[in-house]
Amino acid sequence: MNSGLVFAMAGTLLFALGTAGVLLVRALFRRILAFNVMGSGAFLVLVGLAQRTGPPDPVTQAMVLTGIVVAVAATALALALVRRLHALTGRLEIQQRNDE
Amino acid sequence: MRAVAVILSAAAFAGIVIAQLLRLSTPVVDLPALVGERIPVSGVAHPVTAVLLNFRGYDTLLEIGVLLLAAVIVLAARGDEPAMNPAALPSAEPPIQMFARATTGPMIVVAVYLLWAGAYQPGGAFQAGAVLAAMAVLLYLAGVTGNWAKPGMALRAGLTGGFLLFLGVAASLLIRGVLLQYPVEHAGQLILLIEAGLTVSLGLILASLFLFLAADPPR
Repeated sequence: MNSGLVFAMAGTLLFALGTAGVLLVRALFRRILAFNVMGSGAFLVLVGLAQRTGPPDPVTQAMVLTGIVVAVAATALALALVRRLHALTGRLEIQQRNDE
Repeated sequence: MRAVAVILSAAAFAGIVIAQLLRLSTPVVDLPALVGERIPVSGVAHPVTAVLLNFRGYDTLLEIGVLLLAAVIVLAARGDEPAMNPAALPSAEPPIQMFARATTGPMIVVAVYLLWAGAYQPGGAFQAGAVLAAMAVLLYLAGVTGNWAKPGMALRAGLTGGFLLFLGVAASLLIRGVLLQYPVEHAGQLILLIEAGLTVSLGLILASLFLFLAADPPR
């Protein structure tokens, strides 16, 4: 067991935490944050696994770098949609469904 | 009830994945060695830049496309936001404005350095673009420049330029038969050209994600 594997395990926990957050939290800003925690967990798994057998793997690093930039754009997009929703309806939460 | 189910499944998921991680065998393909072998023909000396711009160039091409798409959707979804007077911001005070103006030059120098350094050490278009975007946001927050209420032709050209340049290079290389396979002798210059375009566009796109929305939403 080396540090890369520990990173991957921490990433798995973060991913599970973020997924639970996305499913459970109703406030939209916190849901976006949970989504980001989920993404960070995935990046940590990728980077951790790539360096468990020796020097870091540049292919995975490049992939995660690409992923981080796309995650920033996705977050900005989600925030823009939340703002639009707030401007149109005044709500910042997911509405309760009737069957729950 | 639902909360308990979700938490239990998340914990079970994490447990199973971690148990599998511990049993993982060593990778069959040694990617770092493969990349190291091909560095001499990539046109750059840093492995991450070589992967991003050469070996897996289409990832980067699609990425800048996705970013452009996000900027366009943000522009479409924001409604009609009025141009805002930056001097009305609470942070718009002369010392802060002077500081923001004074940092502009060094930040551009840092961005160009990062772009240039990407060829042989960590750095490259993304980092340089992030610095440029931070500069634009800083200038707005200090009350020096306004938000981007009505993107004009120059801004639109800047937002799309990097993607179109990259696409143009990729398309012209199709003559040689394969998408994004640079000729070895020109690979370095082509990568620098693409990265320069990407830096400008990435900086503008990342800044626009903030500055398109930087106004009170319509009431």
